Amino acid sequence: MEYQNIFTQIQVRGPVEAGIPLPRGDDERVGRPFYNWLAGWIGNAQIGPVYLGFLGTASLICGTIWFVIVGFNMLASVGWDPIQFIRQLFWLALEPPPAKYGLSIPPLTEGGWYIISSVFLLASVLLWWARIYVRARALGLGTHVFWAFGAAIWLFLVLGLFRPLLMGNWAEAVPYGIFPHLDWTAAFSIRYGNLYYNPFHCLSIVFLYGSVLLFAMHGATILAVTRYGGERELEQITDRGTASERAALFWRWTMGFNATMESIHRWAWWFAVLTPITGGIGILLTGTVVDNWYLWGMKHGIVAPLPDMWPTVVDPAIGG
Amino acid sequence: MKLWIPFAAAGAVFVGAAVLFGADWDFPPIDSTQVGFRGTGMVVTQDRGEQAALRLANVPPPPPYEADPEGDRAGDIYENVQILGHLSDDQFNQFMASITEWVAPEQGCAYCHNEENMASDEVYTKVVSRRMIEMTQHVNEDWQAHVAQTGVTCYTCHRGEPVPANVWSRNLGPGQKGRAVGWRNGQNIVSKEAGNTSLPSNALESYLLEDKAIRVHSLTALPNGTNQTTTKETEETWALMMHMSEGLGVGCVACHNSRAFNDWDQSPPQRVTAWHGIRMARELNQTYMTPLEPVFPANRKGPEGDVLKVSCATCHNGVQKPLYGVSMLQDYVDSLGTKTSTGVPDYNTYVPGETQVLKPAQTSSLEPVSGMGDAEKALASAD
Repeated sequence: MEYQNIFTQIQVRGPVEAGIPLPRGDDERVGRPFYNWLAGWIGNAQIGPVYLGFLGTASLICGTIWFVIVGFNMLASVGWDPIQFIRQLFWLALEPPPAKYGLSIPPLTEGGWYIISSVFLLASVLLWWARIYVRARALGLGTHVFWAFGAAIWLFLVLGLFRPLLMGNWAEAVPYGIFPHLDWTAAFSIRYGNLYYNPFHCLSIVFLYGSVLLFAMHGATILAVTRYGGERELEQITDRGTASERAALFWRWTMGFNATMESIHRWAWWFAVLTPITGGIGILLTGTVVDNWYLWGMKHGIVAPLPDMWPTVVDPAIGG
Repeated sequence: MKLWIPFAAAGAVFVGAAVLFGADWDFPPIDSTQVGFRGTGMVVTQDRGEQAALRLANVPPPPPYEADPEGDRAGDIYENVQILGHLSDDQFNQFMASITEWVAPEQGCAYCHNEENMASDEVYTKVVSRRMIEMTQHVNEDWQAHVAQTGVTCYTCHRGEPVPANVWSRNLGPGQKGRAVGWRNGQNIVSKEAGNTSLPSNALESYLLEDKAIRVHSLTALPNGTNQTTTKETEETWALMMHMSEGLGVGCVACHNSRAFNDWDQSPPQRVTAWHGIRMARELNQTYMTPLEPVFPANRKGPEGDVLKVSCATCHNGVQKPLYGVSMLQDYVDSLGTKTSTGVPDYNTYVPGETQVLKPAQTSSLEPVSGMGDAEKALASAD
């Protein structure tokens, strides 16, 4: 019955594991591994060791530089007042330069730091991406995680690089701040006539919510059949046991169709990667190809018609 | 070591308390009123407890007594009566009693008058009051597209305070004054004027003093190169909308169908009223508040040295119809209903404590120059 619980019940403790021997030319792993009870609630109780290597180290250094530049600009934007820095932390941001500078490098007083920090952030993300590829290969794995992270990087690059390039100014990039980037997102939708009517936004939401649904269905199914050995998913791809049979039957009974132990993971992977891929396409088209998604939706019949509730209301700016 | 447990518990309690009590939630019960077509989500919601408090805070005071409109004119009895000389003696004194209650109930007559010589203009507040009475007359006569027949009085804004509670001035915020570090482009701090968001904090200056374009939408589905506004301009417009929303105690859908914010065909008539209100506030700031700058002492100005200005919240005070639509003007039509004077004195010549009479170069308190009034009216309705 222990498998019926929501939290992980079993923490395997023994001598800490260092991992497989590394190929020649690789660095040493860093940190003495240890057990953590809380980590064991949500995953493996063993923390570390970590493989940093050149890519990881360079990525962390670049990422730290970005973080520090943004942080100090936030602190300066409240007049170097540490109390206001903490009180208003979620409000603060490093803002991209104004549109008048186009794609040139603006002065430091007007967003130059944004460009500098962005270069480091880009380097950090790409280095981390390369690290994922190299580490996967070093372990003899496929590169699925690398490509999935690439899908997220696509959306990140569309927002911060490709779309600003197409629009012709860095002002189109997203501010580095908690509330400000959310305000930016909502204002972006409003400016371009409601992203709700952007079909790629629709697709992205389908895949996002679809990912959540698939994740919940799959997690629940496997937990429900672990008492029959269902957690041995990979063996059951080819050697279907009673757990797999029952899980399949459950979904076939309830909705007429079932995924397999193999295909459910492809479903999940594709839904996950298609979320940022379609989202990125939608963002890239906004302002470059379509300027008002609501009017675009009118043109293509996807806006629900409404009765004219207030026929007397006209734009007071027309005619006076 | 299990030290993390008390720390985590303390943190959880702190964050929980901050979320519960620091976030200004509208707790149930909440009343909702459908204002648009079904399914559009156009519903105005009101916190019942908050509304009860607002109702209590928005009860207009009755006139102190009924004034006799007959008898000698105030302009003939008293000296230096520039704009209220057409009232009867009784009306004039009743109005003075009322304005004291509205604006300076604690300070009394001496807040504006030298009590040794009531006619003197040496107290700066008297010069300001006169201009504000003219402004009120102007609003009631020329801005009926916004205030309708309900009109406004001094009390609409002042509420028994010499300085109305909801005024604003230029806000550059901390940091970012030509420094190399700390670029935030006029936003990204807590903006009181924009409903405590991180939206641009100087939006009121852009729209209610200057006439920056509020509209950001394209009117064609595909880009044609004419609309150069960016997300940035949208954020500033949004800041103004947040101000209106907070100032009036309503949400976006009181004036907009949020699926197409810009579309007038889907907007309730309140949006037309609000459109005129924006122009009204802008005109009042340009024509009445800013020219008064030389008269105000430093402690009555904003941190950047500019005069305190009006916004939507100055009159509305959190209520969609100020004072819940009760017309105080009805009792003061003779004094505040129509303009009684034109011409503006040169406020740069004003010396507090010395200037005895500050009046326009040429004006008559009893015979308004009608030509100017029409010109002003035309200006007001032109944009």
